[in-house]
Amino acid sequence: MIEKAFTGSRKYWAWILFLLIIIAIGFGYYLLQWYRGLGVTGMSRDVSWGLYIANMTFLVGVAAGAVMVVLPYYLHNYKAFGKITTFGEFLAVAAVIMCMLFVTIDLGQPTRLVNLFIHPQPHSILFWDIVVLSVYLLLNLVIGWYLLRSQYYGEQPKAWVKPLILISIPWAISIHTVTAFIYSGMASRPFWLTALMAPRFLSSAFAAGPALLIIACLIMKRFAHFDVGKEALQKLAQIVLYATIITVFFLIVEGFTVYYSQIPEDMSHLDYFFVGLNGQTTLIPWIWTCLIFWVAAIVLLINPRTRKNEKTLVLAAAMVFVSMWLDKGLGLLVPGFTPSPLGAITQYLPTVPEILISLMVWGIGALILTILYKITIGVKEERGEEESHAISFSSQ
Amino acid sequence: MYDKGKIIAGIVIFLILITFPIWYLTAHSQTSHVPQLQAAAGNECVESTSYMLDNHMKLLDEWRTLVVRDGNDTYVASNGQEWNISLTGTCLSCHNKAEFCDQCHTYEGVTLNCWSCHFAGY
Amino acid sequence: MAGIAFVGLLAAKPIFDVISRAEDPKKAAEAQTAAQTQTKWGMAIKIANCKDGCTDCINACNTIHNVPDIPDPKHEIKWIWDVNYEDVFPEQNSPFLANSLKGLPVLVLCNHCDHPPCARVCPTAATWKRAADGIVMMDYHRCIGCRYCMAACPYGARSFNWVDPRPYIKQINPDYPTRTKGVVEKCDFCEERLALGLIPACVEACTEKALVFGDLNDPNSDIRKLLATNYSIQRKAELGTGPNVYYVI
Repeated sequence: MIEKAFTGSRKYWAWILFLLIIIAIGFGYYLLQWYRGLGVTGMSRDVSWGLYIANMTFLVGVAAGAVMVVLPYYLHNYKAFGKITTFGEFLAVAAVIMCMLFVTIDLGQPTRLVNLFIHPQPHSILFWDIVVLSVYLLLNLVIGWYLLRSQYYGEQPKAWVKPLILISIPWAISIHTVTAFIYSGMASRPFWLTALMAPRFLSSAFAAGPALLIIACLIMKRFAHFDVGKEALQKLAQIVLYATIITVFFLIVEGFTVYYSQIPEDMSHLDYFFVGLNGQTTLIPWIWTCLIFWVAAIVLLINPRTRKNEKTLVLAAAMVFVSMWLDKGLGLLVPGFTPSPLGAITQYLPTVPEILISLMVWGIGALILTILYKITIGVKEERGEEESHAISFSSQ
Repeated sequence: MYDKGKIIAGIVIFLILITFPIWYLTAHSQTSHVPQLQAAAGNECVESTSYMLDNHMKLLDEWRTLVVRDGNDTYVASNGQEWNISLTGTCLSCHNKAEFCDQCHTYEGVTLNCWSCHFAGY
Repeated sequence: MAGIAFVGLLAAKPIFDVISRAEDPKKAAEAQTAAQTQTKWGMAIKIANCKDGCTDCINACNTIHNVPDIPDPKHEIKWIWDVNYEDVFPEQNSPFLANSLKGLPVLVLCNHCDHPPCARVCPTAATWKRAADGIVMMDYHRCIGCRYCMAACPYGARSFNWVDPRPYIKQINPDYPTRTKGVVEKCDFCEERLALGLIPACVEACTEKALVFGDLNDPNSDIRKLLATNYSIQRKAELGTGPNVYYVI
């Protein structure tokens, strides 16, 4: 089965080579960070998490978002998603691996990573995050690979995979909930201290994950001539639309509480984000780009004509993906840290090494995704239009 | 077997590359450096020489846990003698880092991170 | 069904107890019974006693603990330092703040909280609340540098070594370790001096007797007597962290 990854067109190999170059450049900068310390990044005493943890948080969402294709297919027997469930599962695999890499590159003492396992502390939410992410990775890898393998050999999947699939659905919710708890359990940062954090994370995850899947499907249609079908794409687009609307709604709800109650400390963080604080205005372009993208994407996805047009659909999906990254990445972290507990406003801008190291991780994720998708396409094309997973939970 | 010649040539090149350090040293006919341990200034170590030779790293790890985590800065040796737990205060009062620790660690290629925090003199 | 839910709730209670506090619940219970006999170190700062521009306590701490002097404010390491009154106590701010307090530099340091959020979030127990005397300790050997504690501390008391600190230490004190790049550090109430029966370096260095250090569990200690006869406040006491640094106004 794995041999499918080793035969490809010139474009396929050019893409692989491009990713390898990105990874190599980033790795060079990671060595610099390894020897010089995290001082090569833009992070500081006041803004002590940055681009790395921002990406980690966002990608947990992408991983969890995959459940939006798994759930309708397995639980509601929604046939149109039969062709894309494997893609959803493998997207989760690549995203979780990226999350783990982002946590690792953010450590000041990466050689002591093992301390997480030899001195585990159940009172730390980070411990639980590692537990749920590892299990989620394993679940998706086993389920995705096993079902694809069954299809490859034309076998009926064995029954043991069914409970795993059932577990993977609530587990997807858990990974993002626990990641939200990392933030929402800290009394030190009013911006994060909100019970709405987990629901917000989930709604934006259910927009970003399927949005990336739409983009991936359209790329595969264009370059690999592999069509997942109109119905599946349109259903994905609707999921993205509703999840985006809910995300915007949650932001409004959050904003109402802060601005109507007018608690100064709570307002200071949102002010820094939306209008600037004490003349510091770095983040304003971020949030306003985000807001514009949200509105534009909602308009494009609500209108059936633009939703059915693949060009505008991919544009809307890209806008959702980017805006969710802006909102949940740096848009979550930087205003949380600014102003600091002592009222200081410290600017944070990622440095070139920091950006290139982050691109390394994205490159690794894209490489894993490309290889897994290449194998999947190969198997599915070989097996033709057969039902991808001969497994169902509905009574037939 | 396809590409027999290429495969065998590849294996040979691989073997030459991974054994390169051996060839290199043989060609330069270098005798290996033997660590020269300087006699320590004090009369006795916290434990016997043979014990320290085998277990100094375990003892230091135990010391670290005792003093940092358990708040206990006294070590009771196997002969009942009490010692203040301190790498720089106790160990280094007899041993010299460069003439003692580094001799073997450099020879064995062991990289320590003790000295990035504990200060052993300028 | 209701029965199952009830049993579920009963089971959830101890789990919540465990994840919501850093200490072992059993240990915490023992600690409570021993509360009268064990030590609880604390500090009181008489903010009006600080001389204008005096940094004796800060210098003493920095010298003894090899705290580097890094010029880039983003990479600064701080154990004890001063900040304007209005920023230390934002909730006490008013338009008619006493003139003597306006812009007054106030010393800040680790509060060695009763319920330290930093220790609660630490995934490796590299920072923890010492049961014997309440000091929030740091194990620089175990810290992985994830900086979760920095995010969790409501007082900004923690610093991370973004770069190797050694080149920024003018004169290394050989009796105290420096730190390495990639670990978090903070004030530890001079734990190493307390073990020798000495008081913290900052307290010793202050010529104005502005810093009072002692056992908060001992009603006859200087600090308890001071707090019993003067009005004092804590930083962000409303968060329930139980800070053990008191400010006498």
